[in-house]
Amino acid sequence: MAKANFDTPALQPHQETPDLPSVKPGAMQHLKTFPAKPLHNENIGYPGELVDGWQDKAVKRLGELVDGSQALRVFLDTCVKCGACTDKCHYFLGTEDPLNMPVARQDLLRSVYRRYYTFAGKHCPKLVGAKDFDKEMLDDWYNYFHQCSQCRRCSVFCPYGIDTAEISMAAREVMDSIGVGQKYCNEILAKVHKIGNNLGLPEPALVDTLEGLEEDVEEDTGVLVRFPVDQKGADVLLITPSADFFAEPHIDGLIGYAKVFHQAGIRWTLSSHASEAANFSLFIGSGDNLKKAAMRIREAALELGVKRIIVGECGHAWRVAYSFWNTLIGPFDFLDPKYPAPQHIVEFTYDLIQRGALTLDKEANDHRRITFHDSCNVARASRMGNIPGGQFILPREVIKAAANHFFDMAPDTIHEKTFCCGGGGGLLTDDLMELRVKGAMPRMQALQQVVEENGVNTLVAICAICKTQFAKTLPHYQFQGDMITSLHEVVGDAIQLGAKE
Amino acid sequence: MALEVNGKSIAVDEEGYLENRDDWNTDIAKAIAQEEGLDMSDSHWEVVNFLREYYDEYQIAPAVRVLTKSIGKKLGKDKGNSKYLYELFPYGPAKQACKIAGLPKPTGCV
Repeated sequence: MAKANFDTPALQPHQETPDLPSVKPGAMQHLKTFPAKPLHNENIGYPGELVDGWQDKAVKRLGELVDGSQALRVFLDTCVKCGACTDKCHYFLGTEDPLNMPVARQDLLRSVYRRYYTFAGKHCPKLVGAKDFDKEMLDDWYNYFHQCSQCRRCSVFCPYGIDTAEISMAAREVMDSIGVGQKYCNEILAKVHKIGNNLGLPEPALVDTLEGLEEDVEEDTGVLVRFPVDQKGADVLLITPSADFFAEPHIDGLIGYAKVFHQAGIRWTLSSHASEAANFSLFIGSGDNLKKAAMRIREAALELGVKRIIVGECGHAWRVAYSFWNTLIGPFDFLDPKYPAPQHIVEFTYDLIQRGALTLDKEANDHRRITFHDSCNVARASRMGNIPGGQFILPREVIKAAANHFFDMAPDTIHEKTFCCGGGGGLLTDDLMELRVKGAMPRMQALQQVVEENGVNTLVAICAICKTQFAKTLPHYQFQGDMITSLHEVVGDAIQLGAKE
Repeated sequence: MALEVNGKSIAVDEEGYLENRDDWNTDIAKAIAQEEGLDMSDSHWEVVNFLREYYDEYQIAPAVRVLTKSIGKKLGKDKGNSKYLYELFPYGPAKQACKIAGLPKPTGCV
């Protein structure tokens, strides 16, 4: 593998947040994520290659999207160029490329919208910043809408609440519709439709992996903790990212979930039909694919006859589940109305802790000095539990119930102001490593402060993308890659199995 | 894109993974390893051969944990951990060793 041919941004000593960078036009112009092959696009319902008449077709598709979404129209019409968003994007802070300012990124699409769909833009485009959708514009769209992780931090600071993620999703949908797709997202989405998960992990491999985990946990603890698949009549269907079956530190989180279910005495199951929480359709703004990928979960829940659906540690999956499942695949009238549908695994564990149903030995985590990274889609696009801000409070309370040493990062970098890990929104691919490393900088800056001041050695997250992104980028900033830990690994290590039996 | 091995042109993707798994042979594995800056020792081959056997059975590369456990059983517990595998394949056993074994790159959030 080629060595990195870019410089990792320097962290400032004794500082919570990065300095406002200088501006380097074109700094990231070279970075073009791998395009999808024709088959990747066709497998998810798009043309294989750039279609004839692509310019007109793209403009038409943009019009359809704007007509179909009042929100998108308002986002495109209302920006007053106040500049509040400019320095809020982790990619701008890390790359210094002015087209990574949220307003500039939005304007790539807004200028095209103005040109074809506003009176002034049609008749005097130069006066209103309206631009043709030409090859140069398409190239800029491809580069810079694949340098947005759709994390929505900018929208928190926008006085009009303009959501760059919606604009970025629309841009990707327009590009897909003319045959210009991204390899990473589109190849993975086809695997979900065909095999049931992002990895392409077939049922026999899933079963083999889970049997191995049962052996490992029994060897470690002396207790047989089950990892059931396709178990009809189970109470709970767990929908979790397939990374939980495959890689560290994700898999240690899966072990934690299993220990929680075990001690609570709740019968649960995974599904080989719906062995994936992630739904990358969100990242490419594809409503059809979003519904198709989500529908597997309804089918699995009905087939297995479960009473509850619980979602594992996956950020955007929780957004899709919490915000969209009911309209996409609801109603959930076949589930037990006593429980939220869907329910987050953290909410589930939190409730058990409140009821005294788990025996946790905090000292088992005394070697860990922990901080928590709020994942963007959980923090800014959903909630958890029945209290305002539950998505911030519950994960921290669960950590504090399982460990003695917890320290938050700076207030401007957590909760709804959390910085993206730098790998969200369909950008967690090796061909974008330069962007991922640079975009991680603001989070690393805040992390450095709690490492220096509080001796933090463990970074906990509840999103598979965040976990993989940090495992790869922490070493670029001279931190240990294995600092990143699943929340349910911390829980799992503290659970005293056998204590309740 | 293509990789030249013994005068033959082998199709690979943008990152050097074989386009067709059937093209694989030990010379191609050595050539890919060389591109990665690795010298194939017996220890490297143990891992690569296990990956290929597992793929034949399950149509996917093994989870890292499955891999470490199997290596541990075969070569002793001191080698059944990801540290040992990362020493052999610094860019990660899942991705780098898969490439040398001619398997597709694992996709998703990994």
